[in-house]
Amino acid sequence: MSWTPADPMVSINNVHKSFGELKVLNGVSLDVMKGDVICIIGPSGSGKSTLIRCVNALNDIQQGSILVEGQEVNDEKLNKLELRKKVGMVFQQYNLFPHKTALQNVMMAPIKVLKQNKASAKTSARALLKKVRLEGKEDAYPGELSGGQQQRVAIARSLAMQPDVMLFDEVTAALDPETVGEVLQTIKDLAEEGMTCILVTHEMGFAREVADHIYFTDRGVIVEHGPPETFFKNAQDPRTQQFLSQIL
Amino acid sequence: MIGGFFITIKLSAVCLFFSVIIGVIGAWLQGSTFKWTRRFVNGYIQLFRNTPPLVQLYFFYFAIGTLLPTIENDWGGESPLLGSFAWAAISLSFFAGAFNVEIFRSGIEAVPKSTTEAAEALGYTKLQIYVSITLPLAFRVALPALNNNLVNLVKTTTLAYAIAVPDLLYESNQIWSDNVNVTEMMIFLLLAYFFLVGILVAGMNRWERSMKIPGYG
Repeated sequence: MSWTPADPMVSINNVHKSFGELKVLNGVSLDVMKGDVICIIGPSGSGKSTLIRCVNALNDIQQGSILVEGQEVNDEKLNKLELRKKVGMVFQQYNLFPHKTALQNVMMAPIKVLKQNKASAKTSARALLKKVRLEGKEDAYPGELSGGQQQRVAIARSLAMQPDVMLFDEVTAALDPETVGEVLQTIKDLAEEGMTCILVTHEMGFAREVADHIYFTDRGVIVEHGPPETFFKNAQDPRTQQFLSQIL
Repeated sequence: MIGGFFITIKLSAVCLFFSVIIGVIGAWLQGSTFKWTRRFVNGYIQLFRNTPPLVQLYFFYFAIGTLLPTIENDWGGESPLLGSFAWAAISLSFFAGAFNVEIFRSGIEAVPKSTTEAAEALGYTKLQIYVSITLPLAFRVALPALNNNLVNLVKTTTLAYAIAVPDLLYESNQIWSDNVNVTEMMIFLLLAYFFLVGILVAGMNRWERSMKIPGYG
């Protein structure tokens, strides 16, 4: 059975994951359709980040299934390169290559991994930096950029691989409040263009605004989920209610 | 005399080159997922770090050297397959290489896992990550220590004297034996090595500065 765009782009089914004795994911299931923007929220240590790291195989899972465009991630013979061409990821700490300029950061992977020629990789890298509003910063090193600027370079770097789905792992958590907005705007632009996005976030206002669907996790399970309106106004589960009352 | 000076430079250059190569490859193998590969590298480090370089030199030249087949030389006699220069180069490269592996390893450990993880998420292979991310960053961290070890290596090339490599020290010895000008030769030798190592250090410092990343570290 081959995957078609009418099937979920990412299909997570009964996923279990533990680090040694510590059980982090206890049977999580969710589907993401093409063009969906989903936000995963929940208290620290509830397994949100682990879950999205499992989607591009940075963490392996012990039980269950994760299908990305029909490709099974929980497979010993997993073709990681194929998976990672489809899935882009942006991290909390940006994780740029500090010895490369902004432009080099963006164009390196297309050249090395996708074997694009240098000239066309450079042209697309420039266009991507422009898209994330960093024109003129091409030759700056990450150490010379602010946190928000670095994070936007990281988004451009990930987009350069032309992924079908983007994972955002608390990408604004390390930023100072003034630069959070510029990064969120970049993500919002992407979402509006139809990019499939899975976000782990603590930005409730943002989640409410851009998400098609919100998932609340606690202790390794999805406690509650729904479209933002119902989720924020009508949370049913006491744990969700408690969490929301603390942060809203 | 000039010949000896060039032999010293040649021996130093060859050993510098190969010891750095050994360091880079050894540090890569140390990160291997195969237990025996890691053990092999660690065994190599222990062996060459915990024994005196002179003993190693003798071991290579007299123990391994005599086990190798001989070849016919230009005069119809039998010559060893590898001469004293080759053995000194091999022995000293392995000696300094053992330290270089440890020096590079310390640099590699200073590279944040999150940085290599980002490359992994972009689809880089392990080797691509090592060559284009880990190594360039590790190198910058390791340079001061590497600098020290390479300075030591250049000075250690004088041990090649013991297996009659006609280096600066060996040739100087012949001169002072013939001319009985020991004092002058000692001063000369000291200064010669002082300048030789000085040039290396200046070069390394320059390299270190040129690799500095704006806004990093």
